[in-house]
Amino acid sequence: MSNHQVVAAGPPLWLLAELTYDCPLHCPYCSNPTEMGDIKDELSTQQWLKVFTQARAMGAVQLGFSGGEPLLRKDLEILVKHARELGFYTNLITSGIGLTEKRIAKLKQAGLDHIQISFQGADPEVNDAIAGRGNAYQQKFKMAQSVKDQGYPMVLNFVISKQNISQIADILRLSCELKADYVELATAQYYGWAFDNRDHLLPSQEQLIDAEQTVNQFRDQQQGKGPQFIFVTPDYYEERPKACMNGWGTTFLTVTPDGSALPCHSAKMLPLTFPNVKDKSISDIWQQDFAFNRFRGDSWMPQPCQSCDEKEKDFGGCRCQAFMMTGDMDKTDPVCSKSPDHHLIQQAIDSATLPTKELVMRVNRHKIADADIARLKI
Amino acid sequence: MITPAMIPAINPMFRLQWEQAQDCFVLLFPEGMVKLNGGAGEIMQLIDGNKNVEQIVAALMVKFSDAGDLSVDVNEFLTTASEKKWIFHE
Repeated sequence: MSNHQVVAAGPPLWLLAELTYDCPLHCPYCSNPTEMGDIKDELSTQQWLKVFTQARAMGAVQLGFSGGEPLLRKDLEILVKHARELGFYTNLITSGIGLTEKRIAKLKQAGLDHIQISFQGADPEVNDAIAGRGNAYQQKFKMAQSVKDQGYPMVLNFVISKQNISQIADILRLSCELKADYVELATAQYYGWAFDNRDHLLPSQEQLIDAEQTVNQFRDQQQGKGPQFIFVTPDYYEERPKACMNGWGTTFLTVTPDGSALPCHSAKMLPLTFPNVKDKSISDIWQQDFAFNRFRGDSWMPQPCQSCDEKEKDFGGCRCQAFMMTGDMDKTDPVCSKSPDHHLIQQAIDSATLPTKELVMRVNRHKIADADIARLKI
Repeated sequence: MITPAMIPAINPMFRLQWEQAQDCFVLLFPEGMVKLNGGAGEIMQLIDGNKNVEQIVAALMVKFSDAGDLSVDVNEFLTTASEKKWIFHE
């Protein structure tokens, strides 16, 4: 695209380091890609350290250690220590599985600033059914207590779906009991596994209104005390699309386990060639790469976005969503009521009232091979 | 109400840091950042859980000797900072 305007990019303030796609849980709402690649291709410790150094030099300041389950990386403490020394605010985004009191202390010593723990439900029955793992709830509960006992700021993240939305009141109570500082009640975003499972996850509008009302009433009674609750509704029920990633290539940089650099954690699905940190510096990637420049500014925008007076507010919405739903990543996000494809959203909402496909739990494909090797050893 | 004897401390939920790329002091917290303007940064730097408000004002008036009485500005900022839970005070 030679007619593309070059838009000067500010620093990638937010760096998301997806250390591994491996995960002990099997949540069907997972936004990881369904094709996860091979664990052998994961970046080494040294490669990650270099990424952090380069990103920090450009002005990146928030660093999320994510995955999969980042605790599966044995070098996590080394990565945290280096990042903290560089001046990053370090966030661990974890399922809590694999955490121990001792590791929480070791991470604190390494300089970790904050721990975010995901919960799948407000009781063991619902939580462990969604997570696809026994005793997950009990482990999360104990570790959340320990995180607060050891003086960390703690965020709890509940991915809300049809499977747990009726538990909202209990979720609010649980969050208070665990003394969370912030609580994200985030309706599932339909990417990766969650897109395949959408019919089983997308709540009805009535369910959402009820849930939001429950949260608002609870907030009114808090009088500034207890956790701060953040309720995120799914964009499917909005009239305007979300300002995805605060605009493509403006703020967020994701590095996937194999070193692919992406403007958001889902972008790999798009028909674009993304650069890899093994081949290029973060600065080259952020400032020069074609894929990162592809949707910067507004010269790429189709109608109705191009002539819309809200285009600087939502940047035309989410490129991945446009691609998944229409097959064309350049189109207006179908969530927008002005989009010619908006009917696809209504179809999805209708389809979610009567799922016909089976729910698919997330699996780690390479685990199958691991199991074979284990058996051979015996 | 902010009083001269009050000893403010930064809420441990937040980390104060000079950010070269932003050319200002920032407050960092889980997955977020607040940029502080020049005056706010100067005041926040002095909050250490030991100095009281009077001492903070005095320190600022030494540093900015031609700025006149800064107690009103400091009180205003501390009120805002306290509402936003950036600081605590006894």
